[in-house]
Amino acid sequence: MSEDTAAVPAQKQTPPVGKESGISALLGSAAGRNTGLVVALVLLCIGGVVTAGDRFADVDNLLTILRLAAVIGVVSIGMTFVITGGGIDLSVGAIVALSSVWATTLATQGIANDSHWIVMVFTALLVGGACGLVNGALIAYGRVVAFIATLASLAAARGLAEIISNRKTQIVNVPGFAAFFDASVLGIPVLVVIFALVAVGGWVLLNRTTFGRRTFAVGGNPEAARLAGIDVRRHTVMLYSLLGLCCGLAAVMLIARTTTGSATHGGLYELDAIAAVVIGGTLLSGGRGTIAGTVFGVLIFTTLSNVFTLNNLSISAQAVAKGAIIVVAVLLQQRLARRSGA
Amino acid sequence: MTSSPARANALLSVQGLVKRFPGVTALGGVDFDVRAGEVHCLLGQNGAGKSTLIKVLSGAHRPDEGEIRWRGEVVEFGNPTAAMRSGVAAIYQELDLVAGLSVADNVFLGHELSTAGFSRRAEARRRTRALLDRLGHRDISPDRDVGRLSVAHQQVVSMARALSLDGQLLIMDEPSAVLDPDEVRVLFGVIRELTAQGVAVIYISHRLAEIREIGDRVTVLKDGRTVATGLPAREVKTSELISLMTGRVLDNVYPQRAPVDPAAPEVLVVRGLADGDRFAGVDLTVRAGEVVGLAGLVGSGRSEILETVYGARKAAEGTVEVDGRRLRRGSVGAAVRAGMGLCPEERKSQGLLLDQAVYRNITVSSMSSFAKFGFLDDRAERARSTKLTEALDVRPAGVDRVVRGLSGGNQQKVVLARWLLRECRVLLLDEPTRGVDVGARSEIYELVRQLADSGVAVVVVSSDVEEVLGLADRVLVVREGRVVHDGPADEIDESRVLDLVMEGQPA
Ligand SMILES: Nc1ncnc2c1ncn2[C@@H]1O[C@H](COP(=O)(O)OP(=O)(O)OP(=O)(O)O)[C@@H](O)[C@H]1O
Ligand SMILES: [Mg+2]
Repeated sequence: MSEDTAAVPAQKQTPPVGKESGISALLGSAAGRNTGLVVALVLLCIGGVVTAGDRFADVDNLLTILRLAAVIGVVSIGMTFVITGGGIDLSVGAIVALSSVWATTLATQGIANDSHWIVMVFTALLVGGACGLVNGALIAYGRVVAFIATLASLAAARGLAEIISNRKTQIVNVPGFAAFFDASVLGIPVLVVIFALVAVGGWVLLNRTTFGRRTFAVGGNPEAARLAGIDVRRHTVMLYSLLGLCCGLAAVMLIARTTTGSATHGGLYELDAIAAVVIGGTLLSGGRGTIAGTVFGVLIFTTLSNVFTLNNLSISAQAVAKGAIIVVAVLLQQRLARRSGA
Repeated sequence: MTSSPARANALLSVQGLVKRFPGVTALGGVDFDVRAGEVHCLLGQNGAGKSTLIKVLSGAHRPDEGEIRWRGEVVEFGNPTAAMRSGVAAIYQELDLVAGLSVADNVFLGHELSTAGFSRRAEARRRTRALLDRLGHRDISPDRDVGRLSVAHQQVVSMARALSLDGQLLIMDEPSAVLDPDEVRVLFGVIRELTAQGVAVIYISHRLAEIREIGDRVTVLKDGRTVATGLPAREVKTSELISLMTGRVLDNVYPQRAPVDPAAPEVLVVRGLADGDRFAGVDLTVRAGEVVGLAGLVGSGRSEILETVYGARKAAEGTVEVDGRRLRRGSVGAAVRAGMGLCPEERKSQGLLLDQAVYRNITVSSMSSFAKFGFLDDRAERARSTKLTEALDVRPAGVDRVVRGLSGGNQQKVVLARWLLRECRVLLLDEPTRGVDVGARSEIYELVRQLADSGVAVVVVSSDVEEVLGLADRVLVVREGRVVHDGPADEIDESRVLDLVMEGQPA
């Protein structure tokens, strides 16, 4: 289940007996699954050190990995909620693009220059949240299958981003904005700090609040959740809106990192986010989700890209490796599910 | 080969069977034997290991230790197909049909009729028709999608599937739980026909009356072990069976009831309720402290009535009032806010979050009472859940267990605990004791009575007429979507209720 099950004092659970004890039991527990991810990450780092030496094990390089992970990480945290709640969202990359474009139009930047750069942040959040709201309403009240509804949003949002930006890259020249996001807190880049805050907030929300508990219920058995008195449709709308907000935030971070807004931002984010969530151990069919797993998933993929890039391997080779990781992770997950289930 | 002549004659004999799951020993040494042509009943409390035993016998689980002999030979059924080929057919407690496939496809799933690889669909349909007729169900079409059938009809399809195998041993795990008395009678007719042909039947049920009627010999399981085997089903005393099963003596299954105060306020008032399809003109009034029972056949519309009162189905006509305030139609939210709770009929699809911990299943409807500013107090949740699961004797204990690993009856207790925890004004219980053993059933009755005494209005739907009469203060009989009788429970008896229920039915 979720990681908070692992935090339960163990005295109430009878220890596993016989053959099931030891390594397989460890792997079956939530903590154990994260151990698997930690091991994978450590192996990748060792691979990086061996093949790229000091170029990999360099503070600047490690911070680069984290800065890259931060943007997709924020989207993946939101995606964890949607998938745990039994949904899927293919439009996240497009929403990031649209938010980034809307927040960097000449008009928005003009207002921001006249008042405060925070206007850009709010614009992106608003656009992202609104897109999520539309997705959620279509799915919950319009009864459109999530896959189709968000596929439609993907096309529409990216198209709209292209129209607004006229397919041009929009450079940011609001002074306070760049300065704020370029800064570091105790040596840690602001972007990474934001990611950490979102991850911690997401963990608390999923594991310690009624909102999170309802998410598990809605994803695990929507009919039972409805009869138990949960407003499943309203909750679904909230889940997609939350993910939309995360996309808006990711757009802000992306603008800061690239100093541009563009309709091409966030390409294939939907695949990266879903992949990170799934290899982290969240069940695609809903009802089971883990934030820590997602964070590891994101770090694994980002580190992988970094190691490949340092070794001058092509993007195509990266894609193949990513695919392999996903398959292995899903196979492993099924074995664990079978052991704890049937 | 075998030492005793009795075992040599047995069709199936089992010795020292052990099956472990992570953290639980489901079977800790089971011995018994089944003879050709007999009905052998398995009795035991919830979680005693009955379902696990038949899953091992039918090849769905592999045993960890022990020996199974089939016609005197030691066998190992590696999978259900191997068992089927040897002539063992099983109907599982949790239905195992494939929704989306037709009735006929389900009946012949895994042993499809074919010629040179081409399926003989007309033949499969014809044989399915014949099997359903034999089970007294002309109303089920072989072409219907199984997912759209009621639970009772799905149970009939599983039985047809088991019969289609033409086995030598037929195993039935609580087949009567979802059937009404008439259907049980037909089922018994079929069982007698089969045993006359030398087929052996293993029959599991928590209803002792059924076991006396159909059984030849009884084996009692307790905590995964055989505590008695080969008891004569008709002669053995009920008290003896209960004390073998539970290790204690139980004198009174139903709690005492005090007369309902006629001046007590009317909490739930339903007027002229209709859904435009299954039922119409339903009036129902429940006072504080009153338990009202709805008797009727499976499919007579009782569950639909409850679900409509609760707002889970939209009413076409009529009103529902709680404490004098009319509820918005078709809104579960409104009903829940007014203090209503529904314990649904199908625990698996409508009730449980199977992959989640017991305590989370229990508190899901009362989360706000454990939350401060949206943050949940896990510790309090566990503590309250632990109390309830102890009261209901959920086994194995431990509220952090995943519900999927519990036995059927224990899962039912978890669903019920959810609604006992929530402090409702009106509690609607749909088949609250389905699959629950005798001992725990009396605990449940006791708890329901306590709730009523504290001023809750309770409505109970049950196919078990004895249960309705024993538990309720007032009984409503529902036939084909109409209320045909409404009166105090102590002014009517079982046979009168059955007459009312069946009236107008072809014999
Ligand atoms: N898949 C499983 N994983 C873990 N434990 C299991 C599993 N299946 C059964 N058990 C455990 O094995 C024990 C026996 O369960 P079983 O289902 O055989 O009981 P039962 O006698 O059929 O009870 P009931 O009358 O409630 O149907 C229970 O303690 C149950 O929790
Ligand atoms: Mg069982």
